[in-house]
Amino acid sequence: MRTLRVRPKSRRMQAALVLASAALITVGCGSSGSSGNGGGTGTAAGQKVPTANLPVLQKIGKGEGKLNLIAWEGYLDPIWVKPFEQQTGCQVNAKYAGSSDEMVSLMKNGGGGQYDMVSSSGDADLRILYAGDARPVNINLIPSWKQFYPAFKSPPFNTIDGVHYGVSLQWGPNVLMYSKKKFATAPTSWSVIYDPKYKGQVTVPDNPIQIADAALYLQKHKPSLGITDPYELTQPQFQAAVSLLATQKPLIEKYWALASQEIFDFKNGNATLGAGWPYQVSTLKAAKFPIGDTIPSEGATGWADTWMLAAKAPDINCAYMWMRYISTPQVQAQQAVNYGETPDNSLACSYMDKIQAGSCAQYHANAPSSYFKSIALWKTPIATCDNGKPDCVPYADWVAAWNTQVK
Amino acid sequence: MALTTATEPGGHRERDGFGLRVSAALWRRPWARATILLTPPLAWFVLIYLAALVVLLITAFWQINPFTTNIERIWSFTNFSQIFSSSAYRGVIGRTVGMAAAVTVVDAVVAFPFAYYMARIASPRTRTALFVAILLPLWASYLAKVYSWLLIFTHGGALDWGLGKVGLSQVHLIYTNWAVFTVFCYIWLPFMIIPIYAALERIPPSQLEASQDLGARTWRTTRSVIIPLALPGIVAGSIFTFSLTLGDYITPLLVGGTSANFMGNIIYTNIGIANNVPFAAAMAMIPIAIMAVYLLCARALGALEAV
Repeated sequence: MRTLRVRPKSRRMQAALVLASAALITVGCGSSGSSGNGGGTGTAAGQKVPTANLPVLQKIGKGEGKLNLIAWEGYLDPIWVKPFEQQTGCQVNAKYAGSSDEMVSLMKNGGGGQYDMVSSSGDADLRILYAGDARPVNINLIPSWKQFYPAFKSPPFNTIDGVHYGVSLQWGPNVLMYSKKKFATAPTSWSVIYDPKYKGQVTVPDNPIQIADAALYLQKHKPSLGITDPYELTQPQFQAAVSLLATQKPLIEKYWALASQEIFDFKNGNATLGAGWPYQVSTLKAAKFPIGDTIPSEGATGWADTWMLAAKAPDINCAYMWMRYISTPQVQAQQAVNYGETPDNSLACSYMDKIQAGSCAQYHANAPSSYFKSIALWKTPIATCDNGKPDCVPYADWVAAWNTQVK
Repeated sequence: MALTTATEPGGHRERDGFGLRVSAALWRRPWARATILLTPPLAWFVLIYLAALVVLLITAFWQINPFTTNIERIWSFTNFSQIFSSSAYRGVIGRTVGMAAAVTVVDAVVAFPFAYYMARIASPRTRTALFVAILLPLWASYLAKVYSWLLIFTHGGALDWGLGKVGLSQVHLIYTNWAVFTVFCYIWLPFMIIPIYAALERIPPSQLEASQDLGARTWRTTRSVIIPLALPGIVAGSIFTFSLTLGDYITPLLVGGTSANFMGNIIYTNIGIANNVPFAAAMAMIPIAIMAVYLLCARALGALEAV
């Protein structure tokens, strides 16, 4: 125990060292701090994408032999990654992220010169773009892009002023999952996850964007609030959604952080109801668990993912080869069937049915536009509402409310 | 070779003149030897350890741009006032400190008789076996241990099964703070047993005999002789269990429920997910401050002076 005692003399020396190193670091940071980061208003209005003028690749050259991707769990299945590696010689290294926020942090500093691409969703894309962490993409080098549904060719979440920062991937709904052991028929409303009858059986994502799910529910059930877009909430609308989630908290068995946690809880009977992704549904089905999934009458929130190119991507040729490959109808179909989501490529439908009969209709690859409209796709909540007024609650407040008022 | 030349600093040999001169110079100046020996670890300590803490301290006074989450180097106390003005964050701090204190007390109570048995009663062979039993779990992965508790606590898991066998009703422990508490107590127990064992082993048997000769019975001897002499070990163990609980976030994340927000979780979500490093840094200063107070109290009690 003697080592823990600090004699006065050496303590004074330590203090001096601390002060000296503090002074050094302050000087070092002070000089770089003056360069500033720009922005700071917390809104996208009037902001420019810092990387908009970076030159784009004109011709795909020889591959670098590797490709480092940040992806959602289930997005880099060997079924389509292996053939890509064999065709191009680009070895794919996967880093799986559990939430959009995590993807934004991993992409900090242009991917840090380490990561090449990220399969981020609409709620993360703008934050990555405006932080200057993505770089423009020459869409002419990706031939299959012409076959995409119009809504996903140049969507506002990955294309700014006609400049593409990646290529759209797939989209889909956040479904209501239920255990068929407990529910003979599918629930028709999201109200079940707010119903005290199911206390201790509900599991929802540990993610601030859940506030939009509550807002979507209130949009239909409390029209007096006047919610038109679950991602653009005024302060009273936002508070209503947050208090709905606060009353839901006692019913929650677990806020899941990883898809595998939700799978574990359904399998072991800790949860019988929950909000989740089709990935969990297909994994549980593959394990022969009686799981059901549905899009209730209120509609659902959903995601539309993009393979975004990191500003400092070290393996740019392999990245373009990947974008070319992942956009083709065959590969789009493989990922759609495997993960259970809707492809962006309009020609993928027939390939899906070849892999698994009826899957094209099951995953809505040929659904009418009314289906598309029933899904409120994730986007970053910003302070400026669509009507131009600065009345909306920005995402930072969503995170704070999730951590302090809901959880 | 070096030894012979060192003992004969006057002896000259043409062949390895340089090495000889260096070793001779070092022999004449002991402070030079000490400097050369100590500089690398000291530089490591200052550069890697202290510098990291200083950077943490500085970052805590910055902010992030709420939209792009880039760090903005503007000095303010916003992060700290945010922590202390929010009842939710104050609740998290209170919950974390309470959990750390409860885990420490329970671990000390469980570890003391165990360590006493090992140090003073068990035969050498039993003692070795007990040591293996304590140290073996430390070889296993932390995650594997937490997940195994998840399998024990889960609906229809080992605990439910065992209770059913003895005719008791099932308890709902998974995703509660009781589950977090149990797992913490289990995981940090070896860190409490070993220092207490080391302290108890060093108590001379003559002192216990003296106590008995003076008429003290078992309880009096324990209270007046054994516990005071074992106190440094208990404090050392409590520093481990307390600080480890204070900073852990994986156990609450995996076995905790809706109220399992601890300081470590706030730091983790702010760095790993929300990318709000300044806020996380401010939050990280709080366990450091708590530990500093804890160590000062321990010192004031004299627990760090003995032995």
